[in-house]
Amino acid sequence: MFQVRIHGRGGQGVVTAAELLSEAAFAENRHSQAFPSFGSERTGAPVVAFCRIAELAIRVREPVMAPDALIVQDETLLEQVDVFSGLIADGYVLINSTRTFTQLGLDELVVGRPVGRLITVPATELALEHLGRPVPNAVLLGAFAALTGVVTLESVGNAIRGRFPSKLAEKNCMASAAAYSFVKSQLKESAHA
Amino acid sequence: MNRECAMSAGPSPLKFYQVGSFAVGNRLLDPDQRSVQSDTERSNSLTSGHRACTGCGEALGARVALDAAMRATKGQLVAVNATGCLEVFSTPYPETSWRIPWLHSLFGNAPAVATGVAAAMKAKGRADVRVVSQGGDGATVDIGFGALSGMFERNDDVLYICYDNEAYMNTGVQRSGATPPAARTMTTQTVGPEPGNAFGQGKNMPRIAMAHEIPYVATATVADVRDLEAKVTRAMSIRGARYLHVLVPCPLGWGSPSCDTLKIARLATQSGLFPVFEAERGEVVASTPIRHRVSVEEYLHTQKRYAHLFSPQRRDDTINQLQAMADRNIERYGLLPKQDEAF
Amino acid sequence: MLRQVEGSKAVADTVACCRPEVICAYPISPQTHIVEGLSALVKSGELTGCEFVNVESEFAAMSVAIGASAAGARAYTATASQGLLYMSEAVYNAAGLGLPIVMTVANRALGAPINIWNDHSDSMSQSDSGWIQLHAETNQEAVDLHIQAFRIAEELSLPVMVCMDGFILTHAVERVDVPEREQVDAFLPSFEPRQVLDPAAPISIGAMVGPEAFTEVRYLAHANQMRALEVIPQVAADFAEVFGRDSGGLVRPYRCEDAETIIVALGSVLGTIKDVVDEQRERGVHIGVLGITSFRPFPLAAVREVLKNVRRVVVLEKALAVGIGGIVAANVRTSRAGLELKCYTVIAGLGGRAITKASLHRLFDQAGADELESLTFLDLDHDLVNRELDRERRTHRSGSPAENVLRDVGIVAARL
Repeated sequence: MFQVRIHGRGGQGVVTAAELLSEAAFAENRHSQAFPSFGSERTGAPVVAFCRIAELAIRVREPVMAPDALIVQDETLLEQVDVFSGLIADGYVLINSTRTFTQLGLDELVVGRPVGRLITVPATELALEHLGRPVPNAVLLGAFAALTGVVTLESVGNAIRGRFPSKLAEKNCMASAAAYSFVKSQLKESAHA
Repeated sequence: MNRECAMSAGPSPLKFYQVGSFAVGNRLLDPDQRSVQSDTERSNSLTSGHRACTGCGEALGARVALDAAMRATKGQLVAVNATGCLEVFSTPYPETSWRIPWLHSLFGNAPAVATGVAAAMKAKGRADVRVVSQGGDGATVDIGFGALSGMFERNDDVLYICYDNEAYMNTGVQRSGATPPAARTMTTQTVGPEPGNAFGQGKNMPRIAMAHEIPYVATATVADVRDLEAKVTRAMSIRGARYLHVLVPCPLGWGSPSCDTLKIARLATQSGLFPVFEAERGEVVASTPIRHRVSVEEYLHTQKRYAHLFSPQRRDDTINQLQAMADRNIERYGLLPKQDEAF
Repeated sequence: MLRQVEGSKAVADTVACCRPEVICAYPISPQTHIVEGLSALVKSGELTGCEFVNVESEFAAMSVAIGASAAGARAYTATASQGLLYMSEAVYNAAGLGLPIVMTVANRALGAPINIWNDHSDSMSQSDSGWIQLHAETNQEAVDLHIQAFRIAEELSLPVMVCMDGFILTHAVERVDVPEREQVDAFLPSFEPRQVLDPAAPISIGAMVGPEAFTEVRYLAHANQMRALEVIPQVAADFAEVFGRDSGGLVRPYRCEDAETIIVALGSVLGTIKDVVDEQRERGVHIGVLGITSFRPFPLAAVREVLKNVRRVVVLEKALAVGIGGIVAANVRTSRAGLELKCYTVIAGLGGRAITKASLHRLFDQAGADELESLTFLDLDHDLVNRELDRERRTHRSGSPAENVLRDVGIVAARL
């Protein structure tokens, strides 16, 4: 089972991201479960959503306590929420930011973790470029596909198309693909470094 | 009729009313102009054997209203009843006096239950089956108020009839939102410096119904049975939310002789305390003029629930306030014919 | 058709397949997506022969359902928590009148203090009302139970509550085989009422019943619910034949055959418990879990049958009878009269607190060593509680307990 935890703020499409991820996995004929953890406030408040992907039926319902992968949609959460809680030793981390892990003050996190697992992606910028709106959720899913290989970019694209009206879906798919390429090239670079 | 009543009636002067009124009686009218109650083939929706008190205004009002509705709908009618006197005295287990399909659910939900029946009929393609929902003043203006307003707002195809005897009678005469100022009830007793019900804002249910701008709102009393039948008939010719407010004196609760029910209802209209009118979509379209105006005092004297206004001493301030209310109604609804109109 | 779909949406689409004639609902978290889904289906014309009534309160919702059902229409509504309480008078009325209304309860905690998250206190508060109460373990079962519910209700002329955990199931997107209209038609006949308001054959429904007959009428209500103990498994069996999967029934035992310890629970937590049971079994612990699907009528015989050779039972429940302890536990205890076994009550998951595998492992280990109190509150923060108790001891004007505890907890992101 592969467990993902997505952190963001209300209004950033965190719950949609988890659902799209689960739909991508479904399209690949796997079992998948996505659910939110609401706080009591509305837009702007920290929101967490979870997604589990497995080959067999998923029975467990607890929140993802030991994520295999983390997606952080809003870097301002780093000061407010312990987003890395429970992250497994060789877990993946994907942060929406133009800065590096060092610049984010996360050197301690990086230490001891395998190369190619942790990456920051300027998802908001990519979203602004392709969608005209700073909604990074679908973009980050493309990056996730590239980083973890748990779902294919194609499945992510199909999930996006199944959810949004066609024009918006296409823009999201392009942004998603751009993020995918970005991550792939970053990974190649760091592998050769 | 007991001697007391016969004596209080007194010798009445014979009066012939204008041509076009129904006072001359059914047998001289064309069959289609006769009252429903005069028809031996009437449905007798609320038939004999119920356990209402002698002289119960509500029993009379309900029988008249439902028979008229049954004729208007050619018998395709379902009645929904709130908890209260009518429900209790009409269905003493294991008997029922209802000869029509009848449902009693709770005290506060008769309008909503009726909405459900109407929705069911519509879903089944049986919109020819109409729905009447009915309850006392307590069920209507207090506990069922929210549900009634909801039914109005949705314009559900329901005629709601309120039988107003101005208190929670079935539980032993407690004050409701419809209890008039100064009236005695078991929770507004005639003790202290301000005996009887307080002068509050009142809850003018017909006007509240009008504020919802529903297709038809009307008031009536059991004093004019023909008028009540006509209003029910008119209501059933309309689709959507309709409201009928019927004044039904309660001899027990009001402290009046059981033979005086119709007389008291008539005095209520003739004093102006209970205006009789019709409204459509929020505008008054017709009102019944007062034929022979009486002072509110004449009305108050007939009921022991107002006895404290006269004894041990007269409460002129209260009586004047009540008179002012009657005056306002007369003004507002134009209940007195213009000076220069021949009577 | 197999779909990756939100639980609420799956339920809405399924209810639509059951040919409802009157749907009436008032919105309340976390049921909103169900009624939104249904309203769209009616409004678009996809669901025909159905009236959708937007009511002004939950009390009105159940009342509209009562009127509709009495008039012979298949009626459905949904609610949760405070809404269920607000319609409580009508809930009892519907059962007393014997109207086969089906209602989804998206299980949510009851206030005060106000809480929008999952636990079972809402449906438990109505467990004596005369409604049949079925609890879904997964969204698949939630979907299936709704279909079965209409059949059970109409066969017995009793209303049925389908309980599904709010947010945990209603807002979870997972794989569900959502049935097609034709499949449901093959299983669910059209509604034939036992009593109906019909101008062609007028009857009076809802008369007052006095002391001379009330006991008999209530006895009949109980007897009818007891008949459900046969009808429910029968309907589940028929369902399996038509749809090809096991759903519903009275109880669902898992690895109970040679168990020394059996956990008893309702609803979605069963999934998590099953994972823990498997892990414990791998370590050689003889443990199993008994899911109760039908809470009302309570399947005393079926539960007793599973528990009869067991050393201890742990009832893990998401509700609390203030002043005595467990609600489900009390029901389970009734079934084990005469059996020699230890019974532990664990109150867990109140107000949406997560029940984690780690906590369950600890709990089951303690149970296995008989180191549990008879009543435990799982993951209770004793510090917080003692601080407040102390405050109350020291001064009379101690303030609101809820506000005090919140202040002590501090303003942080929701605890998982």
